[in-house]
Amino acid sequence: MLINQFLLLGAVLFCIGVYGVIARKNAVLVLMSIELILNSVNINLLAFALKNGGDPNGHAFALFIIGVAAAEVGVGLALVLLIYRNRRSIALDELSQMKG
Amino acid sequence: MLAAESAGWFLEHAWLIPVIPSVAFVLILLFGKRIGAPVNHGAYIGIASMAAALVLAAGTAVQWIQHSNDTPSEEFVEPVIRKIVWWQSGGWEFGLGQHIDGLAVMLLLLVTFISTLVQLYSLEYVRGDRRFTHFFAALTLFSAGMLAMVLAENTVQLILGWEIMGLCSFLLIGHWWEETANSKAALKAFFTVRTGDVGLLVGVSILFFGANAWAQENLGESGFSISAINAWALSGDGSHRVLMWAAIALFIAAIGKSGQFPLHTWLPDAMAGPTPVSSLLHSSTMVVAGVFLVARLYPVFWEGLGITDSGVNFIAVIGGITLVIAAFLAFVQVDIKKVLAYSTVSQLGYMMMGLGVGVWTPAVFHIFTHAFFKCALFLCAGSVSHSGSHHSFDMKKDMGGLRKYMPITFTVWMVATAALCGIPFFSGFFSKDEIIDGASHNGYGVFYIVGLIGAFMTAAYMTRATYLTFFGDPRGAAAGEHHDEHGHQVDHVAAAAHDLHEAGIVEDILEEEQEHLHDAHTDDEHGMAHLHAAHSAHGPGVHDPHATGGHDEHDHGAHGPQESPLLITVPLVILGVLAIFSGYLNAPASPFKTHYFTDWVEARGEPVVETEFLAGGPGESVIVIGAEEEPAGEGHDAAAAGGEHGEEHAAEGCGWTPVEAGYCFAVNSHPTHPEFTWGKALTTSIPLALLGIITSGAIAIAIYTRKRKPFYGLTQDNALARGGYNFLWNKYYLDHIYENGIVRAVTGPIAKAAYWVNQNVLDGVVNGAGLGSKATAKWVYRNVDQRVVDGAVNGSGSAARGAGGALRPVQSGKVNQYGALLFAAATIGALVLVIVNS
Amino acid sequence: MLLGALVAQNIGFGVIAALMIIAALRVVTTNNVVHAALWLVVVLAGAAGQYILLQAEFVAITQVLVYIGAIMVLFLFGTMLTRAKIGAEDDLNNKGWAVGIPVAVLLLGTLTYVLLDTFGDEQLPNDVTPVSVMQVSDAIFQPYLLPFWALSFVLLAAAIGAIVLARKD
Repeated sequence: MLINQFLLLGAVLFCIGVYGVIARKNAVLVLMSIELILNSVNINLLAFALKNGGDPNGHAFALFIIGVAAAEVGVGLALVLLIYRNRRSIALDELSQMKG
Repeated sequence: MLAAESAGWFLEHAWLIPVIPSVAFVLILLFGKRIGAPVNHGAYIGIASMAAALVLAAGTAVQWIQHSNDTPSEEFVEPVIRKIVWWQSGGWEFGLGQHIDGLAVMLLLLVTFISTLVQLYSLEYVRGDRRFTHFFAALTLFSAGMLAMVLAENTVQLILGWEIMGLCSFLLIGHWWEETANSKAALKAFFTVRTGDVGLLVGVSILFFGANAWAQENLGESGFSISAINAWALSGDGSHRVLMWAAIALFIAAIGKSGQFPLHTWLPDAMAGPTPVSSLLHSSTMVVAGVFLVARLYPVFWEGLGITDSGVNFIAVIGGITLVIAAFLAFVQVDIKKVLAYSTVSQLGYMMMGLGVGVWTPAVFHIFTHAFFKCALFLCAGSVSHSGSHHSFDMKKDMGGLRKYMPITFTVWMVATAALCGIPFFSGFFSKDEIIDGASHNGYGVFYIVGLIGAFMTAAYMTRATYLTFFGDPRGAAAGEHHDEHGHQVDHVAAAAHDLHEAGIVEDILEEEQEHLHDAHTDDEHGMAHLHAAHSAHGPGVHDPHATGGHDEHDHGAHGPQESPLLITVPLVILGVLAIFSGYLNAPASPFKTHYFTDWVEARGEPVVETEFLAGGPGESVIVIGAEEEPAGEGHDAAAAGGEHGEEHAAEGCGWTPVEAGYCFAVNSHPTHPEFTWGKALTTSIPLALLGIITSGAIAIAIYTRKRKPFYGLTQDNALARGGYNFLWNKYYLDHIYENGIVRAVTGPIAKAAYWVNQNVLDGVVNGAGLGSKATAKWVYRNVDQRVVDGAVNGSGSAARGAGGALRPVQSGKVNQYGALLFAAATIGALVLVIVNS
Repeated sequence: MLLGALVAQNIGFGVIAALMIIAALRVVTTNNVVHAALWLVVVLAGAAGQYILLQAEFVAITQVLVYIGAIMVLFLFGTMLTRAKIGAEDDLNNKGWAVGIPVAVLLLGTLTYVLLDTFGDEQLPNDVTPVSVMQVSDAIFQPYLLPFWALSFVLLAAAIGAIVLARKD
């Protein structure tokens, strides 16, 4: 197997995730796009771990990322829920109180 | 480069001097409110710390003098350098330490001494202020910053002290920030100085990258070490272009800090701070920092700007321009502190010019003497306003005739003024004349003339200020005990009107709403007139000691002008005595022939580190040849090289021309120090100074004593004259001399036309030398000061606002858009990296 | 035999990768939030398959357990709690969605160029002994103990934070 096939898969997933973050209006969908990005990173990490002859560090980092992703989704969805409760909508482009 | 073994405890531990006030600063902040209550919150900590620092500095000075005397004359006086490394990063070491040499010792003593006196003075001056504790905390930290900068071993530490001072000056100038004018002035000072500080960062970086490799290889020092930088600059191994740009960048920093020509506008505004602050800032700290920077890294400037070749160079030009422009501006000021502020700017111009024309020792000596007499002058002004004119600094309205009421203040003021004007046998004479002489001696003819003009103008504007303050009839708040209640009533009830007037001055400086200013003053005068009337109704018996409550933060005591209390007069007298005698440390004039200052402060030479040119081996000092002395040792070649310039320049010796046998330390003034002759002084500077005093004094006396009544009558009878009078009075606060002259000329229609031309064609040469200087001052003030410099400042502000407005839509508050920007930026960044690296 | 295994691996990779890309595209293009979540499950499962191909069994199992088991359920709950409507919608994309395409394409181009330029046709080693769970645990509990603690606190904080945020009162 080529290392590049995994890395390119990661790159494609990453870019799809980026597109999702930019294009999607619905907050839940944006969170899902972020999950795509995180998974692409994991694929890269594990590919490099294998390239370095089975480096357990890569695996450890992948596990950390999964853990962080779980935390992120938990808080993210709680926020979405709160926003929905206050505004009856989770469309992100309506949330522009931070406008400078 | 470690200290000599025999250096002595005080020299070894000079680093304690800035540490003590720094600790005191923290203590004052934490416990200040509890100590010395109910009145002197925390002040004693500050004073005690400054006194302790003074004792240490005195010990250091004594041991340094021994150290200098132990060193054979003409040999390099080894500085006492100690340092610790507090941070290492990527093989670069950042040290903290002390570099004690004559310059540092002189300034340590000066700063601790002046700071102690100013703090004592402040005890009385700001008593009862609502931020008394913070005032002392900031004052103490300010001194600590200056001290840390003075003994800095490396440029990073120098920046540290420099910036601490910048911050504290902001805090202190804006001490009474409730008034918009004050906080504006503080901001202006801070930003203007910051503009220059960019130069400091750039210059230090250039020097580090230029000197680091050389210093590591030859000295085992980092490129931040000041001694290493100086040695590198003199070694000739550095590129001239690097040195030049470093010198220019550093000098820009010095311009900002020392209020030199393009960036001097902050200095007069800084008068918004309490008087002790002005006094400290403008005598021994802050503004001297820029001069100190140049003096400290002098070899960089020497080599980088080619001071050697007696051509026109950046430092001398800026110094000369500042000297004259500031002196012009001092004529049109009505606020006594602003006269002194412009005088400071002008004197700093002298120092810079001295450094620029290659006379290091006289320039540094001028720092020393100037500190005493300028501090004395500021404290006198404070004393006058504190006890004589009810917190007014307006010479025209609220002063006059005060010599009868404030004899001590008056005496000290006269002594300090004499010193500033360069009257023989006062301290300023010895330092200033040496600079002027040196300029001519080193072949800088233009700057010699500039220096003489400056001496004339200094004498003239100081005479004007002296006359307005202490002679003539009392006016306004100083109107004496006959008009006691009247003065109080006016001061008290018209406080608002007066504030308006104060704000007006600053607005004038900021070039805002000249018309408004006009109106404000008219109102002010009406208000005064009204109050006069109101007072008459009250009758002469009204006598309310609490009428002064309008100034909540100050304790007036009794009424009318009177002498200030001991806490104010004692520092004044000490400074007054020093204003006379500090000059005798280096008085080459014939009856004294002292040169202690040269012996103790001058480094006399720089050790030449291993270079192929070196004859005597590493660490060997290079002999520098004095004009009168026989060339000795390695100096022979130098003398020969100097000889080419003819008899006049024979003294220039090494440093003037690169010497085969080694390098001299450029700052040495023996080669460039002209011999003092009374003959020269009697034909140039002394007569000019006396002429300035006599001219200015005679005109002032004529106007004030004899012509007062016709003058007023004229303005009341003649509408046009009144218009002209108001125009001048309100807008420019011009001297009565000029007002009277102009008003007389405006009695007929032809004169009216001439007057119109005069006022509109601003060169004003037609009205003779007096009017010419006035008009030049006015023009400079309005166009250069207000339009160009402030315009640039305002322009940068509006540019920033425009950019902000253009970028505002980016801050849409939409998360997706932010994400798009983030990823787009990252992509472009990655793309750039790829392109660059491929 | 070895060749056959390699071919099988490559075929497996290709199929899974194709599925993942299609699913990922559906995630960011579909008009139905629930469908998007289900497509995301496909992507995550495919990722787990890739992990196994990369000889990371433990990570793959964790992926299935945590992502597909827990996170996806969270997503579905989130969707249902915030939207009354489960069916398709028209306005899931915001107005600036077109910006995303050039950015993503440019990024992909850059990444592709860099990866091809750097690694070319470098092969992954075949004779590597798979990383055992013990090795992973040694890595986590010895050199990465501090990050592990930190992560534990992050999770705790996230749990508490999520509860606080989502409480009704």
